Order: sequence, then structure tokens, then C-alpha cells
Amino acid sequence: MVTLTRKIEFAASHRYHNPALSDEENRRIFGKCNNPHGHGHNYTLEVTVAGDPDPNTGMVLDLTELKKLMEREVMSRMDHRHLNFEVPELKGKIPTCENIALVIWDLLAPKIAPGKLQRIRLYEAPDLFVDVTAGNGART
Amino acid sequence: MKVSLSRKYAFAASHRLHSASFTEAENQRLYGKCNNPYGHGHNYTLEVTLTGPVNDQTGMIANLADLDAFVKARVLDDFDHRSINDEIPAFKSKVPTTENLCTEIFNRLHDFPHAKLERIRIEETSKNSFEYSVPATE
Repeated sequence: MVTLTRKIEFAASHRYHNPALSDEENRRIFGKCNNPHGHGHNYTLEVTVAGDPDPNTGMVLDLTELKKLMEREVMSRMDHRHLNFEVPELKGKIPTCENIALVIWDLLAPKIAPGKLQRIRLYEAPDLFVDVTAGNGART
Repeated sequence: MKVSLSRKYAFAASHRLHSASFTEAENQRLYGKCNNPYGHGHNYTLEVTLTGPVNDQTGMIANLADLDAFVKARVLDDFDHRSINDEIPAFKSKVPTTENLCTEIFNRLHDFPHAKLERIRIEETSKNSFEYSVPATE
């Protein structure tokens, strides 16, 4: 098995706020990420696909197809958007790096072929990233 | 599938690789310039990886403020701008290679109360990195 990884960058704004909690609790839990006017990041997304290279093409999957899929599913939804208001898949969820990575996983996993989605790595900043990795069973 | 969160920290420290089990000549041969009697230093990058369920209320595996405070108290306050050989008790008898740093720091962070510590990765320089993961039997 071989893995291949493609990287893209997108910029988006967000705010951490749980309406089930008081304003004071939100400030205590989320700190500066609870700023009412929101803030933003340059996200870097790495998508890793695992599979066996096709004997005819030498490819696990066509990188151009993967690029188009990432453009369509991720860039068009999230780039230069406000994640709280403009991404329906995140409605009702706090747009943390964890939740964004899980949404991206769900958007891409069923559409990757040939090969299988092996890992999503989402950097919110150079010193912070989340991995969602393929494995057996439910989300842990 | 599994979700993990990784956060990077930086600290600068000095060390000297020298083992009391070997002669001066053997230490010289084994550790080369890292055996310089006066020591030397590095800018270390520490990457801490946590796993666990994503909390419904917060959308987080763990609150980064809690992790930052924990890593600061358990590691950075002791290691940053220090001599590892002289100022960290565990390295009185152990050689402060980055392998040994990985296990020492893993043990210091192992009981983080809000999520499971999955992996420690340390870059000694941009060319060398070392990882220590939770043993499979745990």
C-alpha cells in the first residue's frame, strides 16, 4: 500500500460560542475565541489517500481528480467564508479544528476512489493541528 | 476513525552527551561533538498529541488553555533556558539524548486529566526528530 498526500490552504473566519451556555461560561471556556466579532485563520489541509498504484498509470489516484474534489468540497464551501454562518454542515456545531476536520472527513471519504481516505490533517496555525485517521469502529 | 489534536511548543536548553559507563575516549568516539565538555544547546520543538472524544458542548478534545498551562508547568518551566544535565534530576544519571527526553517528557505529561496523551514528538533540530507513543498494551 502507498499513500499520497495533497495540501491546500483556505482562509476563513469563525467564533466559538455555545448558545446553551451563559455568556460568562462561553468566555471562560473559549477565551479570546469567543470574541463576539469573530476572528480568522489561514487553514492548511492535508488529505492522505491510501491504495495500490494502478499498474497502467502508476498512480494511486489521479491527483488532478483529487485536486478538483478538494476544490469542490472544501475550497468552494469554506475559503473566504464565515464558518459559523456560511457552512451548513457546521450548523449547530462549534467550528473548532476538531469539528471542521470531521466535517471535511465526511465530505471527502465517500467520494474518494480509487483508494481510501486514510487521514485528514487540518492545521489551524503552524503550532496546532488535528488529525482524523481511518480506523475500525465508531468515532473515538 | 480516530481524532487527535496536536500542539507544538518550543524550548531552548543546553546539554552534553556523556555516559559514565564509557571511558573518555569511548565517549568521544560515540558522541563526537555532542561530548564537548562545556556542552552545547538546541532550540527544541515539542509536539504533544492528545486523543479522545470530541466534547459535544465545546467541540474540543481538550481545552488548549488547559493543555498550555499543563505543558508549561510540567515541562517548559523546568526545561526552557536550562542545562538539562545539571538542572533536571532525571538526567543526573541518564544521558540527555532526545530519545531519553521523549520518555521523560511523556511521563511528565502522561496524567493530563482532560484527554489521553497519545504521542510526544521532539525535534532537536530541523533535521532530527524523535517520537514516543503510548505503549500498545495500555
